[in-house]
Amino acid sequence: MNPVSFVTQMIRIAIPYLFAASGGVVAERAGIVSLTLEGFMLSGAFAAVLGTNYSGSPWVGVLCGMLGGLIFSLIHAVATIRYRADQVVVGVAINLLAIGVTRFFLKLFFASSSNSPRVAGFGGNIKAAGFDNPLLWLGILVAPFVAFVIYKTPFGLRVRAAGEHPEAAESVGVSVTRVRYVAVAISGILAALGGVYLALDQHQFTDQMTAGRGFIAISAVIFGRWDPIRAAAACLLFAAAETLQIQLQGSHAIPSQFIEMIPYALTIIALAGVVGRAVPPAALGKVED
Amino acid sequence: MSASSLAGGTRPTFSAPPWRERAEEALIPPLVALLVALICGDLLILSYGQSPAAVYRLLLEGTWGNAYGFGQVLYKATTLAFTGLAVSFGLRAGLFNIGAESQLAAGGFAAALAGLALPAGTPLIFALLLCMIAAGLAGGVVGSVPAYLKTRFGAHEVIVTIMLNFIVLALLNWFIAGHLHVPETLHTPEIHAGVLPRLADIDPRFHGSAANLALIVAALVAVVVWFYLFRARGGYELRAVGLQPPAAEYGGISVNRVWMRALTFSGVIAGMGGINYVLGYKHYYEDGFASGAGFLGIAVALVGRNHPFGVIIAAFFFATLSQGGLAIHAFVPKQMMDVLQGVVIIAVATAVPEVRRILRGARGRSDA
Repeated sequence: MNPVSFVTQMIRIAIPYLFAASGGVVAERAGIVSLTLEGFMLSGAFAAVLGTNYSGSPWVGVLCGMLGGLIFSLIHAVATIRYRADQVVVGVAINLLAIGVTRFFLKLFFASSSNSPRVAGFGGNIKAAGFDNPLLWLGILVAPFVAFVIYKTPFGLRVRAAGEHPEAAESVGVSVTRVRYVAVAISGILAALGGVYLALDQHQFTDQMTAGRGFIAISAVIFGRWDPIRAAAACLLFAAAETLQIQLQGSHAIPSQFIEMIPYALTIIALAGVVGRAVPPAALGKVED
Repeated sequence: MSASSLAGGTRPTFSAPPWRERAEEALIPPLVALLVALICGDLLILSYGQSPAAVYRLLLEGTWGNAYGFGQVLYKATTLAFTGLAVSFGLRAGLFNIGAESQLAAGGFAAALAGLALPAGTPLIFALLLCMIAAGLAGGVVGSVPAYLKTRFGAHEVIVTIMLNFIVLALLNWFIAGHLHVPETLHTPEIHAGVLPRLADIDPRFHGSAANLALIVAALVAVVVWFYLFRARGGYELRAVGLQPPAAEYGGISVNRVWMRALTFSGVIAGMGGINYVLGYKHYYEDGFASGAGFLGIAVALVGRNHPFGVIIAAFFFATLSQGGLAIHAFVPKQMMDVLQGVVIIAVATAVPEVRRILRGARGRSDA
């Protein structure tokens, strides 16, 4: 096995996870459950292909993708923050809605129930192995950037306060509601960028193309104990397992289904506290009356 | 806001009989959601340049208007009733079982294994019982994992059940793809015993539809769940824990035991749902047969307001949407129904707390 090709492939697989998990960290640290990442990614992927198809420019596609994720995240935010709907229920529904909306519009705009036509993308130089794609570099930088925002800026302090002790935050004049709206919007845009990367990398949208990646990102958030850098490390770990599976294909050493289970099994182990307990933000999932 | 809701909550109000208050709180959210869904449906139909009235008429004709369509609604409602009852059973104890998807699949798989292991010619009642027990056991085993992790380690059941979905489905895929499939397919051979009669065997008008006697099992399970929740001591404890775990613990109920029971039996109910497809329809287990029915169970429980009989009605509603998509497909893509499912869930989830606040606010004012 060639270590250079292993690392480059691992990074390419990790990029959608890195975007989505970084978004998930922001929303969950603000106290809003992020079961929605899958739906945000899917809507971002579709909107990016739609924008690229009609403008011919992948940059327009990136903007459209971010807008797609933003719209879905605002639906989530209004339902759970303004109306205090159950975050888990709405999260599940957002994912179902994203599948439905992308399917319906796939039919409406491209008259297909499976995939869009081929659209433009970034890079494409074979020698660059995907590293001539600006979104890839953005994906590498997103976790350190989110870590900086969460730990070193006033906004980050407010996000953490909203997730740990909203009453205390309110008592010193922080609008927890506004902080949570912004945090959910950021999570929508970041997760959507993960979907955008996926769609533009494959030059098309296919039905349910995110295929559970949003849930792997949630696993990374939990396994990384809600810390952006540790979550990013978890993303790389999960991507490494997938790369191993792809590169070992044909050798039948381990059935691929067992490699697929790794992120989920590790998350359960982390939650059960077998190796150091994963403790969520104190106010996660609770919106006070 | 908080002051007025506090006042409404602590002062006893006698402005309306309790059954009316409860009926209003239970019925208004689904009706609001239906209205929102109809409006969204109108927009989607108009975006396709069709007439909403004509499309809705087609939808009703293709589902409740003929025996085949109604049979298909019955079939789809049966699976959804199982998963909806499973989710609502957990929710009554305050626990969210998002694992119905994999519990249903595991149940179907176990039913097929039992049907394959039994020799042909096993007496029907005996074979059916064994297959159903196998299905319930498999679902219960999957359900007991988050139950154990929750009560022993405090691991949140939402995340554990989601993660377990992926693990169990991958495991089943490995069994089927690697070991048990008929060549060139992803399903097991046909079972030897335990085939449930179809409705068409009794009334030929249902010819071609997949509806089968699993729907009687679903109805029985609903009655048992109702009896347990509202007439048995265990169900009283379960609901007490769901309302206020610390108060229940203080009142001498072991919260952990109740949680263990609630999630495990939630899994048993979801697992039994596997018989509808495996014993009633295809007579084999096929990889991916459960796709989506477990998640829709959450919607069914929510719209059915966690009451067993409400769940049955909600199961019919979502089955009608799903079958209706096929009926209108020539005019508007059936994917429209996927959108409406999501819209209905978000609308109900949003309307439930809002309607409660508005009603209590109104009562608080009329009282003062």
